[in-house]
Amino acid sequence: MYQAIVFLPLLGFLIAGLFGRSIGAKASEYVTSGFLVVAAVLSWIAFFTVALGQTKAFTVPVLRFIQVGGIDVFWALRIDTLTAVMLIVVNTVSALVHIYSIGYMHHDPHRPRFFAYLSLFTFAMLMLVTSDNLIQMFFGWEGVGLASYLLIGFWYKKPSASAAAMKAFIVNRVGDFGFALGIFGVFVLFGSVNFDTIFANVATFIPAEGAAPQGQVALTFLGYALNNQAALTVVCLLLFMGAMGKSAQIPLHTWLPDAMEGPTPVSALIHAATMVTAGVFMLARLSPIFEHSATALTFVTFIGATTAIFAATVGLVQNDIKRVIAYSTCSQLGYMFVALGTGFYGAAVFHLFTHAFFKALLFLGSGSVIHAVSDEQDMRKMGGLRKLIPTTYWMMVIGTIALTGVGIPTTILGTAGFFSKDAIIEGSFAAHNAASGYAFIMLVLAAVFTSFYSWRLIFMTFHGKPRASADVMHHVHESPPVMLVPLYILAVGALFAGVLFHEYFVGHDYNEFWKGALFTLPENEILEHFHHVPLLVKLSPFIAMIVGFLLAYQFYIRSPETPKRLAAQHHGLYQFLLNKWYFDELYNFLFVRPAMRLGRFLWRQGDGRVIDGMGPDGIAARVVDVTRGVVRLQTGYLYHYAFVMLIGIAALVTWMMLGNSF
Amino acid sequence: MTDWPILSTVTFLPLVGAFLIFLIRDDGASARRNIRNVALLTTVFTFVLSLLIWIGFDNSQSGFQMVEKTSWLDSGISYHMGVDGISMLFVILTTFLMPLCIAASWVSVEKRVKEYMIAFLILETMVIGVFCALDIVLFYVFFEASLIPMFIIIGVWGGKRRVYASFKFFLYTLLGSVLMLLAIMAMFWQAGTTDIPTLMTHEFPASMQYWLWIAFFASFAVKMPMWPVHTWLPDAHVEAPTAGSVLLAGILLKMGGYGFLRFSLPMFPDASDYFAPFVFTLSVIAIIYTSLVALMQEDMKKLIAYSSVAHMGFVTMGIFAMNAEGVQGAIFQMLSHGLVSGALFLCVGVVYDRLHTREISAYGGLVHNMPNYAVVFLIFTMGNVGLPGTSGFVGEFLTMMGAFRANTWVAFFAATGVILSAAYALWLYRRIIFGALTKESLKSMLDLSTREKAIIYPLVVLTIFFGVYPAPVFNVTTASVDALISHISQATGAADTASLAK
Repeated sequence: MYQAIVFLPLLGFLIAGLFGRSIGAKASEYVTSGFLVVAAVLSWIAFFTVALGQTKAFTVPVLRFIQVGGIDVFWALRIDTLTAVMLIVVNTVSALVHIYSIGYMHHDPHRPRFFAYLSLFTFAMLMLVTSDNLIQMFFGWEGVGLASYLLIGFWYKKPSASAAAMKAFIVNRVGDFGFALGIFGVFVLFGSVNFDTIFANVATFIPAEGAAPQGQVALTFLGYALNNQAALTVVCLLLFMGAMGKSAQIPLHTWLPDAMEGPTPVSALIHAATMVTAGVFMLARLSPIFEHSATALTFVTFIGATTAIFAATVGLVQNDIKRVIAYSTCSQLGYMFVALGTGFYGAAVFHLFTHAFFKALLFLGSGSVIHAVSDEQDMRKMGGLRKLIPTTYWMMVIGTIALTGVGIPTTILGTAGFFSKDAIIEGSFAAHNAASGYAFIMLVLAAVFTSFYSWRLIFMTFHGKPRASADVMHHVHESPPVMLVPLYILAVGALFAGVLFHEYFVGHDYNEFWKGALFTLPENEILEHFHHVPLLVKLSPFIAMIVGFLLAYQFYIRSPETPKRLAAQHHGLYQFLLNKWYFDELYNFLFVRPAMRLGRFLWRQGDGRVIDGMGPDGIAARVVDVTRGVVRLQTGYLYHYAFVMLIGIAALVTWMMLGNSF
Repeated sequence: MTDWPILSTVTFLPLVGAFLIFLIRDDGASARRNIRNVALLTTVFTFVLSLLIWIGFDNSQSGFQMVEKTSWLDSGISYHMGVDGISMLFVILTTFLMPLCIAASWVSVEKRVKEYMIAFLILETMVIGVFCALDIVLFYVFFEASLIPMFIIIGVWGGKRRVYASFKFFLYTLLGSVLMLLAIMAMFWQAGTTDIPTLMTHEFPASMQYWLWIAFFASFAVKMPMWPVHTWLPDAHVEAPTAGSVLLAGILLKMGGYGFLRFSLPMFPDASDYFAPFVFTLSVIAIIYTSLVALMQEDMKKLIAYSSVAHMGFVTMGIFAMNAEGVQGAIFQMLSHGLVSGALFLCVGVVYDRLHTREISAYGGLVHNMPNYAVVFLIFTMGNVGLPGTSGFVGEFLTMMGAFRANTWVAFFAATGVILSAAYALWLYRRIIFGALTKESLKSMLDLSTREKAIIYPLVVLTIFFGVYPAPVFNVTTASVDALISHISQATGAADTASLAK
């Protein structure tokens, strides 16, 4: 069964990819979507048997991969609760996105290719979440990167799409640079890249306090001799660098907004629900290692909180409907990393789980809007769509209340985000690491912004007067059922995933549910503490949400002139936010252009002038010079030759005489 | 089968084919067809025969197998052939790529077909000889003789600056070889034999090792090529005909890496240990420097040539990490690079045959009318980038892991190559394949023909197969590499204790 879950999407990819043109678009759609639906159903069965049932974690070996020196790696499927959660997230959203795409991509001539890519992505993601070693994880990691590259660049005629695809791949590679070094570090420290061995060794790896002085060197990294504790921290930070790339954390976030060049279902699947959460998954999976390095966790908290607030501020002023949601995703990922950094792994995965539903819902809903208004994405050219596409409107509203975390505090009435996001905020207050205070403030502030930009999106798109041309408005139509049904299912998840599952993920059933898949040290008692934070802390996300909503209502319903006035008043700030804090410009200036200049310099000057100039070409030129000189000597006059001979004999005789005397 | 001299058969069979072609009179289309058929049949038959070597190969043995030995003129020099886990797969790689090269030249070579095919077949004999020779003089003869057909292939069937490129290629490599010849003579005076297995166990005095190592290094570094003696390679690749490029990248470069493994490491372990930081430095410079240079190239072949230099940087880095991960990774990387870069040059050849230019800016939007081409080119680009799941990943990853164990600085800098390779390879792909199809000259271009598919698809299959299941390769190499590593660590360990005792 587990093989089927993972390899059905691969089969779908191969069928649609290899024979797509011969079996036609319809058949490709049905085959890939059908396989995904089967895989999704099986995933839920797996979830009930493994996570909610009594089945212990186990591993299904598939094939030997690399066996060299100390490395012995299998392709294998590691099934535990964490994997099971990821399986349902990935396969459910993927199946729904497949179905939705049948409607959304209806007019596209390259549908078989599109569905093949979607299935390829799903397969790579499944390999990632089921891996039982770091190398297979790296395979999935780069595999989803490839699929993302292909899907962002799906409309390859647009230069902007090709550029965005390339950017996504390369920025991710920067993260992978760290990930790869981290894997090497793990291998040097633990002598293996298999999770079981690593986790078994890590417990005894850190010497207990007060034990023998830590004199020995575990790892020499870049000239620094590190003891066990420091080495572990370095390795964790390197691995986290990979997570930062994949999960679009500052400063490696720049690719995510550009990735919106891809078709909208892709954004929903890859850039909201699944791939970007791979970094969160990685840290949760490696919690046995990270838990031992307080320094690394503090850093994770700091980066997460900073990203959460940064992306939320940028989201305030964006006008492209998809970019708003993209920055929202970036910000929510920051929340998850704060949870990880504070040692609250359950909450991170819980938010990952709920976020997948409501963010996919928002993306697919916005896709439905874009579909309705003839592929327009600029919210300034929308407005007043509520009456024309009511179903989409209500779906978007459900997504928004889930994202902003609507619910009644201290009760169990609330949407998905109410449980998962609030747990993270409370956890950051209860936690004891150096960055958690900072994180708490940033997260509450970010919650205000989240609420503001989410409602701003709703108000600008659906309320007010229509700003689109009459021609466009005339064509506005509700999407077909094939697109709406996935929205309904996701809406159910967005509303109820929190109520149904919070006891398992972060509540009383924590231990029975996770069965040790997430590791926490005995002194990590955040699970206890977050229940007992002061009431004001418990209320803070709720207040933040209300404030954000009221501000948005004021700005975009009551007096739509206010935003423009504010933007004009604070022109500098507005431009700063609108241009995403000028990260792209900075990177262009710091890395891209210097690399190109250096490349050209090394080619023309290094290879051309120095190596070739001094080497082969230079020698050739000198030889030509010398021969010219020799030619000039050959004058043809007898007395010249006689003179040279005379000098030669004189030199020879001198040398013999002197040589003898030595 | 055990007493049948299979290695000699595989080595000299192409010469027989060359002789047959020599007998055919080149007069008219039918004669040319015959010539091509004979060449193709010979290489295919050689390949099939060479598979017997793999089948008969005993993975558990670390020593040489299928040995043939005949003494020659009572001079201490002997005709001695044999393969071990390090060399065997290079023989297979050679025989495998050869029919593809012949097929790739099927239509693109029109003048002097007879001489062209003869040159290729002679080249095949020489290259297989290099990998099988177990006598250092015999090795030297094959090693040098392989230069001549390649020199001719570039110089006669090359592009506009072919004469410049071929002389550059010839002089560069010859200069290194001269030093190697001196070293070989010195070794003979010292050890009294030219037999490689004997020399591998002979302990050269440490002071001599350094000089010998440098002499061999000069030759192999040029062949690899390592920075800063790499500049012959881009020129040679650019001017060479497609099949010539495939062989150059696929096989001839591997002779350098093979030489390090066969001579430098086992025979001069102390010197290898001593010079390892030096080699690391050159490798890392090569990886970063040539990747940056590749980024700015305007010629497709030059870009791939520079990326070859970067990949060979990983190989030398892995070899001199001198641990199992590094060395196995280096061997794998060489084999994989043989497939991937060979395939990339074939891909360039495909569009070059249609448009007769290698300027990147002349292309764009090929995905519209050449979808199959776009797919295979993507797979090989990803192989070049080292994406997991392609063979490029396994070697690159293992060499870096080996380097990380030896020295973290090296791995750190080498890993930046991971970023840079993605940059240059994807940028190339984007400029050629993506975008709108606006250029008039491209609109009539046809997708892969059946012949081209037959050449390229096997490479696609192998690239992915070895990326997912590299075990067949490691099964072969493990025993020999482990023996090599333990030999080195014993030798250097002995030297260390000796120096401590003083």
